[in-house]
Amino acid sequence: MDFGLTEQEEILRHSAREFLEAECPTSLVRQAEESGEGHARELWRKIAGLGWLGISLPEQFGGTGGSLTDQTVLFEEIGRALTPGPLLTSSVLAAQIVLIAGNDDQKTALIPGVISGEVILTLARGDRLETASRDGGLTLSGDSLFVPYAGLATNIICATRPAIRAWPDTTLVLVDPKAAGVTMTSMESIANYPQFLVDFDDVPLPDDSVLGQTAEGMQALDLAVRRATVAQCAETLGRAQKVLEMVVEYAGHRVAFGRPIGTFQAVQHRCADLRVAVDGGRMLTYQAAWKLDQGLTADDEVSMAKAQAGMLSRLATEAGHSIFAGISFTVEHDMQLYSARAKISEANLGDTEYHLDRLAAQMGS
Amino acid sequence: MDFNFTLQQEKFREELREFLTAEVPVEKQEIFGLLTEEQYQFGREINLKLAERKWLAVGWPEEHGGGGKGPIEQGILAEDMGYWRVPKSGSIGLGIVGPAIMVFGTQDQKDQYLPAIAKGEVEYCQGFSEPNVGSDLGSLELRAERDGDEYVLNGSKMFTSYAYHANYMYLLARTDPQAQKHRGISLFIADLKTSGISLTPLPYINGEMAAQTIFDNVRLPLSCLIGEENRGWYHAMTTLDYERSGLWRYANVRRVFDDFVEFCNGSSPDGGQPLAEHPLVRHQLAQRRLGMETWKLLCWNVAWMQSSGAVPNSEASVAFLYGSEERLRFAEMAMEVLGPYATLRNGSPMAPLLGNIEGIHREAMHLHGAGTTEIHRNIIAQRGLGMPR
Repeated sequence: MDFGLTEQEEILRHSAREFLEAECPTSLVRQAEESGEGHARELWRKIAGLGWLGISLPEQFGGTGGSLTDQTVLFEEIGRALTPGPLLTSSVLAAQIVLIAGNDDQKTALIPGVISGEVILTLARGDRLETASRDGGLTLSGDSLFVPYAGLATNIICATRPAIRAWPDTTLVLVDPKAAGVTMTSMESIANYPQFLVDFDDVPLPDDSVLGQTAEGMQALDLAVRRATVAQCAETLGRAQKVLEMVVEYAGHRVAFGRPIGTFQAVQHRCADLRVAVDGGRMLTYQAAWKLDQGLTADDEVSMAKAQAGMLSRLATEAGHSIFAGISFTVEHDMQLYSARAKISEANLGDTEYHLDRLAAQMGS
Repeated sequence: MDFNFTLQQEKFREELREFLTAEVPVEKQEIFGLLTEEQYQFGREINLKLAERKWLAVGWPEEHGGGGKGPIEQGILAEDMGYWRVPKSGSIGLGIVGPAIMVFGTQDQKDQYLPAIAKGEVEYCQGFSEPNVGSDLGSLELRAERDGDEYVLNGSKMFTSYAYHANYMYLLARTDPQAQKHRGISLFIADLKTSGISLTPLPYINGEMAAQTIFDNVRLPLSCLIGEENRGWYHAMTTLDYERSGLWRYANVRRVFDDFVEFCNGSSPDGGQPLAEHPLVRHQLAQRRLGMETWKLLCWNVAWMQSSGAVPNSEASVAFLYGSEERLRFAEMAMEVLGPYATLRNGSPMAPLLGNIEGIHREAMHLHGAGTTEIHRNIIAQRGLGMPR
């Protein structure tokens, strides 16, 4: 039993924090938000240069081949700095689908590009996406909601409903967002988070579009989603930890009634409660990462981590706005950047209720 | 990161479980809110058998009668003993007094006290709180005055758990009333048979019989002082951080939670649909499953820190605070789910789970031991987060 980080992981944490403090100030986060793209191209290029986009992708494609624990350490820092860009969507969620389901040609065509940052992948899901055979080939039709970073994507992976008899399994297909029949509309989200409604109008798919076998994509999708969910928990954790540090620091020098507000127990206890939740979140998140690294399914552990992350987010938001009070209600103050992103993360990859439901199903009830 | 035990630790756990399966039949297991004398004595017997195998103080050094292993093994023992609901005894000696003597005791004191604790032969109680002193423990009033080769103690201690079974009390007394309050306190071990010590019964709502302990001109030899005179506060606070994993308490509750889930999956007290088929119940069970897992990990975090040579401080408060509140959340949830059946006590033929839920609800009112939840929040904020006092 060892709940500490290795020396290498500590170095990763330290260097990631140093880099992001210098290169990803909240002014840049605001710029990315105002641009509507949710992306900072110069930062993206530097991040790719550091190898972060390949942190848990295999060395044969140019990745680092690190563990999910490494990835968790990194995503804590990414969350802490409110780092914009499709790190989680492209380099974890979608890249893992290609890695797990794709054939060698598909992997070779896409993974090195994901790692260098030139390829940006996203995932479109939904009951209304259907693939059908026509003239010896497949066509895709239907639409998908909440597709992150579709506007930047070079390839969209669609998890589609196959022929009716194979339901509920899924066929994973690669789609060129520029293909005729693909249209996308921004969904206008919190903090300009780039989520899209993507419509596919009888899009003919090239022969090598299917990742894995037709109607056998669910397993790969599940596994990739699990890994991405852990990264999402880590991001939430890093953000909550940062909010905790911010409020403790502020309460130490903000004076009211002749003393720093941090001396009041009402304020201290709010901070203590957030610390308890942060500690719990850290244990649950790293446990889930570690179990997946061991090759275990970790269904319960992932769901527990994500369900807790939602609650942690809410607690951090409440503590932040309550202790910073009036000033945090202004757009100028950074607290709103944290609370807006907390809500996006909470909804992404299943919220607290969704994961509690999954957990309940595992409890035999 | 590694969430696994070593192979040797796994083997220890397996052997321990074989032992517990053989020695602790279900009908001997403790029921929350119902601690009988017979059950307490059964717990003592189990401790003696564990001690024969060098398992009782498995984490202690061998020179003091321990098993020579570490905090992880001690945690495994605590978790399994808690889960098997073995009536608890000896815990203050093993968890608090022993470690304090190892650090601050003289060789004579080590020889006198430690092997007996490791063998499960003695019971200790703790004398910290007083009628007028709880959270502000540094203001304690029980006086110990030096008189030649002896200390003379006058005053009283409150909430003395295990008083009627204990051989010794581990206590704090004021030795210098002139000094600043934390600097005038010393740590003692008092033999409860010493003349002048008397007990007034103080029944607890969880079925336990505690006491108020009165000291009337109690004369203790100088050899009863542990560590330095007037440094007792600091000695006691340091050693309180040793055995703080709380795994026993967690596992004790976890067992009832697991039983409760099984109950809800298969039945309803009124013979209707299984409770777990109700969406609201399912949801609450899942929430508490998450709570239990978090509690477990926070406890193991403390044990791991100890095993790595660190002294957990605010981390122990995090685990303890979380545990106190999670236990209450579970108790409230289970009471709500069972409806009026939850009010039936052990002994009622219609009481679900032998009345354990009703019992655990009373046990969950214990929100003060080892510091109130507010005190733990203060510790986390001030020591853990460095917030100003």
